[in-house]
Amino acid sequence: MSFRATHDLHKRRFGRNLGVGLVLAAFIAIVFGLTIAKVSNGGMTFQPGTEQN
Amino acid sequence: MSDASINASNIREDEAGFGDYFALLKPRVMSLVVFTALVGLLAAPVTVHPMVGFCAILFIAIGGGASGALNMWWDADIDRVMKRTRGRPIPSGKVEPGEAMALGLALSGMSCIMLALATNIFAGAFLAFTIFFYVVVYTMWLKRLTPQNIVIGGAAGAFPPVIGWIAATGSMAVEPWLMFALTFLWTPPHFWALALFMRSDYDDAGVPMLTVTHGRRATRVHILVYTLLLALFAVGAAFSGIGGPLYLAVSLVLNALFIRGAFRIWRRDEAASEADNFATERSFFKLSLLYLFLHFGAVLAEALLKPYGLGGWG
Repeated sequence: MSFRATHDLHKRRFGRNLGVGLVLAAFIAIVFGLTIAKVSNGGMTFQPGTEQN
Repeated sequence: MSDASINASNIREDEAGFGDYFALLKPRVMSLVVFTALVGLLAAPVTVHPMVGFCAILFIAIGGGASGALNMWWDADIDRVMKRTRGRPIPSGKVEPGEAMALGLALSGMSCIMLALATNIFAGAFLAFTIFFYVVVYTMWLKRLTPQNIVIGGAAGAFPPVIGWIAATGSMAVEPWLMFALTFLWTPPHFWALALFMRSDYDDAGVPMLTVTHGRRATRVHILVYTLLLALFAVGAAFSGIGGPLYLAVSLVLNALFIRGAFRIWRRDEAASEADNFATERSFFKLSLLYLFLHFGAVLAEALLKPYGLGGWG
């Protein structure tokens, strides 16, 4: 079985890799955003006996 | 990967795309999880930072999706038999069962840890319990053992508003359990109505549905009994912290329609149902979708109106 660069399989694998890449990028952005929200909200300051939201 | 490294004997023309892996997460079920968890989170009497709230809903949704993937991995054999599920990624041969299991386990762990970090440990632990309940207690243990499988599965599907509430408050209260009761008691009449007009599917798969084990007459009785119990909780919730005049009005109308539908299903026999191709059962099923959406929508509306002094009982 020979494959040219334009084979459907390449497209599908590229789509899959692109999807995983975008999910990972989104995850990084979410963790970054969450960190900023926690820091600016005072959520990273641990105070005994208080709830962390 | 270059072409030279591809072993031709391992190549499958129908190799899975990104969408096939996404389909493992049962996006339609996930949308219900997102909606009910969001209502649970917003109905809680605390303010949550929008980013924290977004993350909470996202990780609850991913946890729900992960349990869907694990469910598809375990149930691949019966999914192959049922018409409704034959096109799913594993029975159609696009995704290997092991891949679904790995994806489900990885996302389960990630979602619970991230929810705990984003909100509180209690919420993360409760999400872990929900996944365990759906995958192990329902899917692996009781689904193929008892005709009450729908009731047990309904419990698993009813947890998201409780998790949303815990994510917001870090503690438990009566109100999220009223939302739990709403979905929990709604699930049996919803699915048994479906089983009445999709009968051959469940029969073929050998899943002990009430219609098969106790007969269709008993199923009609069960639908009526659960609908009456549901109405009690649904209308009763109007007088709790999540209710209000708007919720009460919506609930009274919907429950009157739902009880009328259940009563009609109970009154009919098989000959009458087959004569009109289960028209009453089908319309009851459609109404059930609207029923749950509007009840949670009313809870959400009451919560959103509260800051303006309009929601709740004042």
